[in-house]
Parts: sequence; C-alpha cells; structure tokens
Amino acid sequence: MTQINSKIPEGPLAEKWKNYKDHQKLVNPANKRRLDIIVVGTGLAGASAAASLSEMGFNVLNFCIQDSPRRAHSIAAQGGINAAKNYQNDGDSVYRLFYDTIKGGDYRAREANVYRLAEVSNSIIDQCVAQGVPFAREYGGLLDNRSFGGAQVSRTFYARGQTGQQLLLGAYSALSRQIGLGKVKLYKRHEMVDIVKIDGRARGIIARNLVTGKLERFAAHAVVVATGGYVNAFFLSTNAMGSNGSAAWQCYKKGAYFANPCYVQIHPTCIPVHGESQSKLTLMSESLRNDGRIWVPKKKEDAEAIRAGQLKPTQIPEEDRDYYLERRYPAFGNLVPRDVASRAAKERCDAGFGVGNTGLAVYLDFADAINRLGKKVVEQRYGNLFQMYEKIVDDNPYETPMMIFPALHYAMGGLWVDYELMTSVPGLFAIGEANFSDHGANRLGASALMQGLADGYFVLPYTIQNYLADQIQVPRFSTNLPEFGEAEKNIQDRINHLMNIRGKRSVDSIHKELGHIMWEHIGMARNAEGLKKAIEQLKALKQEFWTNVRIPGQGDDLNIELEKALRLADFIEIGELMAHDSLDRAESCGGHFREEYQTPEGEALRRDDHFPYVSCWEYQGDNQDPVMLKEPLDYEFVVRQQRNYKN
Amino acid sequence: MDKNINITLKVWRQKGPKEKGAFETYKLNNVSQGSSFLEMLDVLNEQLVNEGKEPVAFDHDCREGICGMCSLYINGHPHGPDSAVTTCQLHMRKFDDGATITVEPWRSAGFPVIRDLMVDRYAYDKIIQAGGFVSVNTGGIPDANAIPIPKKDADLAMDAAACIGCGACAAACKNGSAMLFVSAKVSQLALLPQGKIEAARRAKAMVAKMDELGFGNCTNTRSCEAECPKEVSISNIARLNREYIAAKLQD
Repeated sequence: MTQINSKIPEGPLAEKWKNYKDHQKLVNPANKRRLDIIVVGTGLAGASAAASLSEMGFNVLNFCIQDSPRRAHSIAAQGGINAAKNYQNDGDSVYRLFYDTIKGGDYRAREANVYRLAEVSNSIIDQCVAQGVPFAREYGGLLDNRSFGGAQVSRTFYARGQTGQQLLLGAYSALSRQIGLGKVKLYKRHEMVDIVKIDGRARGIIARNLVTGKLERFAAHAVVVATGGYVNAFFLSTNAMGSNGSAAWQCYKKGAYFANPCYVQIHPTCIPVHGESQSKLTLMSESLRNDGRIWVPKKKEDAEAIRAGQLKPTQIPEEDRDYYLERRYPAFGNLVPRDVASRAAKERCDAGFGVGNTGLAVYLDFADAINRLGKKVVEQRYGNLFQMYEKIVDDNPYETPMMIFPALHYAMGGLWVDYELMTSVPGLFAIGEANFSDHGANRLGASALMQGLADGYFVLPYTIQNYLADQIQVPRFSTNLPEFGEAEKNIQDRINHLMNIRGKRSVDSIHKELGHIMWEHIGMARNAEGLKKAIEQLKALKQEFWTNVRIPGQGDDLNIELEKALRLADFIEIGELMAHDSLDRAESCGGHFREEYQTPEGEALRRDDHFPYVSCWEYQGDNQDPVMLKEPLDYEFVVRQQRNYKN
Repeated sequence: MDKNINITLKVWRQKGPKEKGAFETYKLNNVSQGSSFLEMLDVLNEQLVNEGKEPVAFDHDCREGICGMCSLYINGHPHGPDSAVTTCQLHMRKFDDGATITVEPWRSAGFPVIRDLMVDRYAYDKIIQAGGFVSVNTGGIPDANAIPIPKKDADLAMDAAACIGCGACAAACKNGSAMLFVSAKVSQLALLPQGKIEAARRAKAMVAKMDELGFGNCTNTRSCEAECPKEVSISNIARLNREYIAAKLQD
C-alpha cells in the first residue's frame, strides 16, 4: 500500500520551520528567470503567491475566472485576521495561537503545519500595513484588535467589516505592480479545466477562455492551484456564485489525493433563507458575537406566537429568553467556535424554539450592547453589517434583534498537500482554502485570511524552490506536445457531450436538487443511514444530469450555462466523495457531526483510537469507488482532549 | 410586508462588442419582493432556458455587495434606484406591482460591452497597475506598530479604500470620467505614511493612464458620488487634485 509522506521536518515544534528554511534548496536569480510558474486563482492565496513569486524573479502566469483579480471571493471576508502579536498584552503567543487552532480544529490538523502558520502570522500583519492596508487603529495610532470565537485573547486585526476586501486589495496591488512591470502575465475570464502532466509531473493547464469559449494551452515548470473551496456543492452557501471546486477536482482526477472532504464549515450567523428564488446566503460576521447575544424564547408558545406574527421579540421579557450559548457554555458564551454555535442553533430550532416565519432562525440581539456602549459605538463597530442586514431583510437591527441561521461557509477539506504544500502529483501545489492543511475538522474565525496569506506570502515562495531547484535544467515545454493535445481533446469531448444532451432541465434546477440532498444528509447532522441514501440519490442525480440537462447556445462561445454545467458535473461527484468520507468517519469531530456519536449532553464525540488520521482519497476512474489512504496524525506535542468550552 | 409582483423588463441584448444591440421585452409574474434584483434575473434566465432561448449574460459573483462584479443601469441609475447598494443588494421591494424596468449595461467609452449586460472593465485594473500600490516586496518589513498612524487618517484612508472598483462612477458621469475611482486609491495611499513616499509619482502615473485609456475629465457634476454604492466622497477628488498639482509643481 502507498505510504503517505508528509515530509514534516525533524526537531522540536518551534524549530521545524526554521530548520526547513535553513536547509532547503534554493534557486539562484539567474535560474529563476528561466522558470515559469502557473498560479490559478487570484484570491488571498493566489494573488499573494503570484506577486511574491514574481518579485523573487520567477515568471508567473496568473489566472482568474472573474473580469479582474480583485473580485476573488476572499474579498467578502468580513471580520478579521488573526496574528499572535500580543499587542493587547493579554497573554497571547505563537504557541497559544497554535494551540487554539489545533484545539479549534478538534485535533484533526497537523501540528507542524499549524505551528508554522502561527509563526508566520505576525509577518502578515507587518506586510499588509506596509502595503497600505487601513487596519482599525486606536487613538494613540497603534493597531486595534478584537476577539473572535474559540479564543480568550484579542488577536484579531480588522478593517471595519471589510477585512477580506482590504487584505485582498493589498495583495491585488502587489500583484498589479508585477503585472504592470510585465513580470506576471494575467489571464482574466479564464477558467482552468484540466491539469497537464508530463512524465508524472504537473507541467501545464488547459483553460477555457470564458469570453471566446475557446480552449487554450499553457505550459510551466510548476502549477499552483489556489482556487478556494467546494461548498457551493450545497447550492446555497455564503460563497460567491462563481466559487467552485472544479480546478481542485481536475487535480484529484489526475492523481492528487483529496483529503478530508467531509470537513466543511457551517457558519452560525447568516441571514436566513427567504424563499425559493434564493441564490446565495449572506454571512453576518462572527465579530457580531463580540457584542451580540444569541437567544430564542424559553417558552414554546412564545416561539409559536412569533412564528405566526402575533408577537415581537422585543415583547418577550428578559426572564423568558433563553440565551442558550451562555447557558450551555459559560466560559466562552456567545464566542464558542462556529461548529458548536451552529449545532446549538439547530438543536433549539429542531426542538421547536426557532423564530422567523419558517422557525429556522434564532435572534442575535444588540440591545444590551447599545445600552452598555451607546448606539454610536455599536454603529462604529458594525455599521456596515447592520446596513447590509437592513437592506436584505428590511428590518432595523438597532431596534429589533437580527435573525440568523447557520449556512455552509468554508471547506476545511481539500487537496492533500505535504509540509511543502505540494500535492501527491510532483510539481502541483495547492494553497489557501483549496488545500486541507491547517484547520483540521473546524476552522476558527479570522483564520482563513491568515492561512491564505501565510501560504502565499511566506510558505509557498520558500517551499516551491525546494522543488524547482531540481528543474533548472528543464527547458520550457511546447504546448504542442501530445500530452496537451490529449488533455484538450478530453475536455472538448466533455463539452460536446454536454451540449448534445439537449434535455429538459436547467443547470440550476439540478444544482438546487443537489443542494437539497447535501443539506438533508451531508449537512449539519449526518448518520450512516442518511449517508447511504445520499450516495444512491447522488448516483441517480448524476444520471439525470448527464441525460437531461439543457444548455442553450454554443460550446465554443461565451456560454454562462455551459460554465455552470461544467462546475455542476464536478459538484455532484464532490458530493459523492463527501458522502463516502462522512460514512467512513464514524465519529464526530469539528464540522463533521455523526448523530450516532455524541456525548450525553449532545456534544461531538471524537474517537481518537479509531480515527486519528487524515483521509486521503485516491481517484480510481469513473464509476469506480475511490480508495482511501490514511496519513496518521501523531500528536507529539499536544495532548488530545475532549474540547471544552464550558469552563 | 413583502408580496409577489408582476413586472415587465426591457433588457438590453447585444451579441458582441461590434454587433448592434436592442431592447427585448420580457414579462415576469409572481416575483417575490424579498428576492434581490439578480435573483429576479435568475428567474428570468430560468424561464428563457426552459424556452430554449439564450439567457441574459450579466456579471455577478459575491452577491453581497463587495466584489464589485455586478453592474447594470436600472431605470437610468447605476445599481438601480436604491442608495448605497450594489445591484446584487437591490431588492425587488423597491419596485411596484406592474412596473416596467429598463436594464442596460454600463454605457461608457472606457467599458466596452462584451455581451448583453456584461462589460469589460479592465481599464480600471490598468490604472491600478500604473501606480495604485506601495512599492514594497514581500518580507523584510518592520513591525506593524513601528509607525503610529493617527486614527483620523486611518479612518479617512479606510473610507476611500471602501471602493469596490465596480465602475458605477464612470458609468454615471456624463463625461465618462474615472476620477472618483482614481482619487479613492490616490487618497487612501497618500493619507498613510507608507504610501506618502510615492504619492506624487502615483498621482501622475494614474492620471496619465486614465487619460490614455479614454476616460473623460471631471466637471464636478457629483453624479459619481451620488451613485457610488460605497458612498465614496468627492472630497477624494479634491485631494487627488492637490496631490496632482503638488506633483506637477515638483517637475
């Protein structure tokens, strides 16, 4: 059986990354000029990597599906970015950030990776400030921090409720500088549709030009995938409409392992679904839980009256409110990690205490905060989020509590990578949300931005050299090689096949059906019976898609339905793999909750004796079950414990 | 309270940049007022696909008002009749039952139509590439708290940095000027000590690129500010003019 080699350096935890950097191979400046790197994606990870690699002297080809690299979905992150600066003098340290992240991930992440992440976190803040990112500041001129779920220190840096936007624009400005200098070649409105391998190594991609509809070939010495996560498989999520799992999925089909697909994050504070035409869900930043208090009515009859529109939340007296997070988790209260908060909301709604006309919502109340701090301070902290809420729901959150409900948000699972962020295909790297590496089974708030930028600015630019140092003698590849022709032909055949189905159903109608199956069986609570049912239903849906989808227009032209169809074909298969992985993992941990495995209080019951491993799935061909390899997670430095946010 | 409404849509359809476009009229019934404008267009497209017709091409992505990808001239206003929102945040409750709604792409020399309501805004990226950055490489940076920045300056920089690069300012301007966009970036960086060093060079380079790309001049009509979904202030244009004149005086 294949052994998984994660290439974790020897030595004490705090010295591994230093030791690695001290001994890795480097590429000298003259040779860097002779090497080409493809970076797919321009989010935090992709843009920071493309800019940094180009600054170092490599030739970079950078791809995005939007009309501009500034649109990548990292831009929508609201709350903040973590770093272990300890500017607040509240006891933070690299170790503590590492420990919180490992614990928050329910002890299912690699110690060495997470420690490195915490170590480089401070440099990210320095870098962003130097780029002109306008982080929030105190009156003394120094940087301000706030707290986030899963931590007892204030280590989150933020730029109002638009931190992701400001960090992405920082990376985008660095990238733009390199494009202006002619050192990065940007391909916008281009979607990677396949990886090209030559002699077992990643040597290029096929991309579809979304304006002309033509397939184009690109060669390079290494390929970096920074294409984000796959939770749009659920149709409704907080991700952008174009966010998709297809680039990662093509890597999987070309031999890269897919790790922990069952770990997806359901964010507790999103605006509830309004109706059938809903296209996406809007997140309300976790930072709101700093000052907002979450509650539902204590009495069922009150909840029923609210649902019927006969009672307003402000009419419920204090003693009849159930602040269930404060009740269940006194130590962390409203700031428990996301998985815990989401499950607690579901538990209350399932028990009949939900509010809103559907009963699928809970309150997030700022009345106390407004009394304590004044409306002005609350407005300064969260003004843009309140405005966003009011525009969507047509309700004033300064006067009536917000209604929120959990929604799909982030994929912790993704392409398996080793310590160097290289997948199991030599020369193919994955960074940011597209890889699986740092968040274990649950990601803490404000850690996605940290990981994306850590990978792109400070990790990949080092580790990729260790690979490329052996490639300096390799001349540039011609895209006329048969490997490129074959890859292009395969995708052309796939497009022709889709266009020729001429069935009866729109892409979206099938995608919505997929979403229902996913939410029902592979969502917040899973069980063996439901997962087996989901596998059958997904098989049938795949058949329905490939025989009954209807795509108007031409394959070799701008065609928005075809773009969606190509992505949906992959989402269905990603759903299947998620179901397999969820079924295999007969334990509850982080975002993966199996109803069969819970404590008497309803908390997730991990089974460390059975599942202390990363599930690495290997593709075996169409219509064949994938094979799972295990990367053991040996904890050398931290003792695994039952996660406790109660005391 | 939200209800369902019936509407008539007049939508600009255009096959390609060089082809002649025209309005097509579509009727849409039972549109939920709780849905967003783009969700309404999704319903239209679903209807078109089911009739075997080509859907209306329009740009959109995050659908929460931050990526800047969505555009659309709705009843004569960029991002529609509501204030301080992008099209994706515009809700159908802003329209009455029986309304006729006209939907057009950005009309600006700087933004050629690609198809239907989709336009090419790469000109904005080119302006940023000309100088909208601080020239620092990754690594070797002093501590983030090494240079204190007055809160007021940081807040003003953040106000300017809220720009999402959607293009509404140039689309709203009768001169097709990109001054609000350019001034927002110039202001953000000029207000911060990190960006101050290159302020003069940046202002000149970005203005020169803007002129080269065919954007018009600013005549202070303030329509850009009125239509900006992020309420970026034209005081940034005043700041850009100061920076630009100071830079020219140094030449």
